Amino acid sequence: MSLAPPQSLPSASVATRRRPGKVLVKRHSVVVRVTHWINAIALAFLLLSGLQIFNAHPDLYFGQQSDFGHAWLAMGAFSGGGALHGVTKVGPAVFDTTGVLGASKVNGVWTARGFPDWLTIPPQQYLALGRRWHFFFAWVFAINGAILIATGIVSRHLARDLAPTRDQLKPGHVLQEVWDHARLRFPRGEAAKRYNVLQKLAYLAVLLVLLPLMVLTGMTMSPSLDATFPFLVELFGGRQSARSIHFIVASLIVLFFLVHIAMVVLSGAWNNVRSMITGRYAIDVEPPAPGDAP
Amino acid sequence: MSLDRRGWLAGLGASLSTLALSGCEKLATNPDVVRALSSAEGLNRRVQRLIGAGALAREYPRADITANFKANGTIDPPDADYQAMAAKGFADWKLVVDGLVERPLALSLEQLMQLPSRTQITRHDCVEGWSCIGEWTGARMSALMDAAGLKQQAKHLVLYCADTLGGAKYYETLDLVDVRHPQTILAYAMNGAPLTVPHGAPLRLRAERHLGYKQAKYVMRLQAVASFAHIAGGHGGYWEDRGYERYAGI
Repeated sequence: MSLAPPQSLPSASVATRRRPGKVLVKRHSVVVRVTHWINAIALAFLLLSGLQIFNAHPDLYFGQQSDFGHAWLAMGAFSGGGALHGVTKVGPAVFDTTGVLGASKVNGVWTARGFPDWLTIPPQQYLALGRRWHFFFAWVFAINGAILIATGIVSRHLARDLAPTRDQLKPGHVLQEVWDHARLRFPRGEAAKRYNVLQKLAYLAVLLVLLPLMVLTGMTMSPSLDATFPFLVELFGGRQSARSIHFIVASLIVLFFLVHIAMVVLSGAWNNVRSMITGRYAIDVEPPAPGDAP
Repeated sequence: MSLDRRGWLAGLGASLSTLALSGCEKLATNPDVVRALSSAEGLNRRVQRLIGAGALAREYPRADITANFKANGTIDPPDADYQAMAAKGFADWKLVVDGLVERPLALSLEQLMQLPSRTQITRHDCVEGWSCIGEWTGARMSALMDAAGLKQQAKHLVLYCADTLGGAKYYETLDLVDVRHPQTILAYAMNGAPLTVPHGAPLRLRAERHLGYKQAKYVMRLQAVASFAHIAGGHGGYWEDRGYERYAGI
């Protein structure tokens, strides 16, 4: 396998020998590290305050307006047998989600609400405050993301480190990496110096597709911005579609987060976290010999 | 593990999570924190007004009008004076225009209908998240303000409503830039018929480009003011006094 451009080859100035076989290479620039953590914090607050906002009307529709009673996703509650039951409808399917979605306990009292209090900011139902949190961190998130993408283009970080190389995109290579990942075998040595193709595609999809989609669908829910940018409403097929897409893309980001955390832990938690804090990432100097696999 | 100990551990877990949640609650509702977060409202208002300037809200074809337009908030004012007016078909009803105006007015519904009017099919976006499309016909607010003559010191328009909601009278405020917007009307008709009680009879505001709580129903009086700090809770509206943004464009 041919190797990526030597953007992060350990040079005398950045590489420090730690112990035999290990070397610390510079992996993440200070801009990437700072924006990564700001992004993580902003997304956490946006998600939890977003669920608070969702709870004000826990039904999702497609199109320009709300066709009440025909939501494609709906969370509700009904009383029966002296207890409150939570129900979640997705299309024609109905699920009993008592305790989590539709109906859950708030301060020990069964309450009809979309998401439970431990998933919303603030915990109690308080749409006005949820909006205050959401719009504050929306600005943090948008400005931070714009800085990350702009510097990523200018410094060629995106083109150099995140765009898959031609050899990485060969179907055989992609399948090999999927197979390696499934067996939790991660690149070591020289190969660990660059992102593998699954990482690259995941990061690019999040950075250039999912995160911008969150901003754009969020903007489409603003009646004022709809007047200023009518094409946004066209693009997403209506304000209620935009609200649905906002929810779906947020769910995909949560999914990415879960896989991201799992991969960070499985491929060397401390090494990964350190590289996102100090910028330095430890790799094996010599790749293990064939047949040396654990 | 004994059942006792298990119960004790479960209890400990429950109280710890309650503690964490009440800690979240305290932080999330702390006045200083909320004040800091609310700086985003000014940013939204300035940026959206700067880039939006005179932009018009999208208007929809007649086919998009919903048969199921949700009436929210007050749908039948409990106030005795309102009920008495409604019983008479609003025959004695008059809209009062006063405050910082050259010519205070008291207009009947017929007189309002003499003013230049506008009909618009627009999307109503509730702060809760839902949307409904309907057609509104009403007097242009800018024409009414021209008739009354706003004084130089006037900065906002206060809309006093007939309905009491949760123990307080509903009211709203508009900045002059929104008062002057061509799609800001005092609607007396919806979908070609006189406004019904659930939707704000006899007169409601339509200030397109704003969320639903800005669209005050049962409007009784317009007052031009230099400041609304002394009115009700001082935040410029019923829901604004309860934590919602006065800038309702988002």
